[in-house]
Amino acid sequence: MNSKNVLLIFKSNIMYKPVIYRLAKDFDLVFNILEAKILPRREGRILLELRGPDEIIDQGIKFLQDHHVVVELLSEKVWREEDNCVHCGACVGLCPTAALSVHEPDRKVAFEVTKCVACGMCGLVCPFGAMKDITLFDPFAEGRVNS
Amino acid sequence: MPDFKVNKTFEEINEKIKKGTVVVVTAEQMIGVTREHGPIEAARKVDVVTTGTFGIMCSSGALLNFGHTNPRMKASKVYLNDVEAYAGIAAVDCYIGATQTREDDPQNKVFPGRFRYGGGHVIEDLVAGKPVTLKAYGYGTDCYPNREVEKTMTIHDFRDTLLLNPRNAYQNYNCAINNSKKTIYTYMGILRPDCMNANYSTSGQLSPLLNDPFYRTIGLGTRIFLGGGVGYVIGAGTQHTAHSKRSENGVVMGGSGTIAVQGDMKQMSARFLRGASITGYGCSLNVGLGIPVPVLNEEMAMFTAVSDEEIFAPIVDYGLEYPQDGGSVLGYVTYSQLRSGEIDFAGRKIATASLSSYSAAIEIANTLKDWISSGKFLLGKPVETLPSMDFKGFPNLS
Repeated sequence: MNSKNVLLIFKSNIMYKPVIYRLAKDFDLVFNILEAKILPRREGRILLELRGPDEIIDQGIKFLQDHHVVVELLSEKVWREEDNCVHCGACVGLCPTAALSVHEPDRKVAFEVTKCVACGMCGLVCPFGAMKDITLFDPFAEGRVNS
Repeated sequence: MPDFKVNKTFEEINEKIKKGTVVVVTAEQMIGVTREHGPIEAARKVDVVTTGTFGIMCSSGALLNFGHTNPRMKASKVYLNDVEAYAGIAAVDCYIGATQTREDDPQNKVFPGRFRYGGGHVIEDLVAGKPVTLKAYGYGTDCYPNREVEKTMTIHDFRDTLLLNPRNAYQNYNCAINNSKKTIYTYMGILRPDCMNANYSTSGQLSPLLNDPFYRTIGLGTRIFLGGGVGYVIGAGTQHTAHSKRSENGVVMGGSGTIAVQGDMKQMSARFLRGASITGYGCSLNVGLGIPVPVLNEEMAMFTAVSDEEIFAPIVDYGLEYPQDGGSVLGYVTYSQLRSGEIDFAGRKIATASLSSYSAAIEIANTLKDWISSGKFLLGKPVETLPSMDFKGFPNLS
C-alpha cells in the first residue's frame, strides 16, 4: 500500500459529473477527502489522499485526467524555502500529519513533503515565511486560465 | 562564600586564551564533562563554557545616525522602508524598534494580521547590506533649515549603527497553553483551544543566563556573541529580577533575569538577526546571542553543567489568564519533557513546540567556542554584575 496526496481541479464543464466514486469502484483505490471547496458553476477543488499500490494509483490518476480533471501532485505544490527556515520548530506542534518534525541530535526540523496535506497551518505560524503552500481555492483561477 | 578548591580569575583565563592553551566546551558538552569527572575536576579542566540562544526578542532595536545632510536637518520624523523610527533625539539620530509595523500595515484589522514587514525586518535588511529608503522630515530651524530628505542608503552609508536591545535573553520563560475555547494568536505562537498544544521559547541547557543562574560572571562589560558579531552586556535588562522561585540547584523556575546588550551592526550577520512576522501579534526580531561563562570554581562548574532534566518551565494559560494580568502557574515541566515533543498535562498528552531554535543555539555556542579557542575573543570582566541574591551552595560541594 502506498499513498499520494493530490489536488483535483474540476473545471465548470465537468464539475457536476460523478467521477471520484469510480476510483473505488473500478480501481479499488482508497480515497480520503482532506479538503474540498466548490464554487457553484465555476470550479471545484478537492485535496485527496489516494491509497493503493503505486501502479493502480497511477492508473486512477490517468483515469481522472482522461475525464478532464486537472490532477496535481501536492508534493510538487508545497515546499520550504530552506534559506528562510531557522529550525525553531514553531510549526511542529501544529502540523496534523507530522510532516514537520524535529530530528535528533542536531534538532533540525525535517519536512517530509509526501506526508503534507496542505492544511496551511505551518505557513500561518512560520515567522520567517519559510513554508510555501497553496491555498485550496485561488479566486482568480478562472481569469488566469483565460488570459 | 565557601572556600573553593579551584579558584581562577578572568585575567588568568584571558592569559590562557592569548597563549592558546584555554579549554572551552559548550554548555551541552559541559554536562558530560562534569558527570564524568565531577565538578572539581571539571573546574580544573575547563576554563570557559559557551552558551547560545536564537529566539524572538521583541525588546530589541537599532540606534542609527544617518549622517548630516546638506543643507543640515533636525529630523523629527524618520522612516526606514516606511517603518517609523523614533526621532526625538539629536538631529540625525533615530531609534528603530523591532516591533514597529510599517505605516500602511493593516495590522489586526483583518484578523489575524500577518505583519510581513517591520522594524526587525529593517534591521535584518541593513545587516544583510540591502538598500533601505530613508525618509526624514523636520520643521526647520536657523541651524537646521532642511525640512525633508529622501534617500536610499545601505548600512555603510550610516555613520553609526548600534544594535541596542533593552531586554534580551530572558533567563527562563513560560510554557504557553490555551485554556479558552478558541484559537489564539500570541507572541508565544498559535495556541489551539482546550490545551491542544503548548509552546516554549528558550534553549534550556544552552541558554546563557541558565548557565550562570546568579549572574556571578555576567554584567556591564561582559563580551558576548551578538547577532553573528561581537557585542556587550551593558547591564540588567528591563524587568530583570533575581528574586524568582528557584529549584534546589539555584535555577530559576520562570522568567527572572534579563540583560541589556549592544553591538556594532556593521560586523553582524543577517543569519543571526532575522526579522520575524508573528501572525496576529506583530513584527519582531530573532536575535542570536551567546555568552561565554568562565568556570572560576567548582560551583561555576556545577552551574554550567545544568541539564534540561533539571530546568523547569512554568505552564501558563494565555487564553484566559495571562491577558488579564493573571498568569498563575498551572504546573511545571522540565525542558527534557518539552523537547520530547509532548508533555503530560491535565491528564493527557499535549504536543509541544519550541519558538527558539535549538540547532541555531548549538551553532552559536560552537562559534563562540571557536572564537575563544583561536584567541580572537577575550572574556570581558564585568565592571558590575547584574543584581543577584544569595545561594546557599550545593550540598555535595561543602
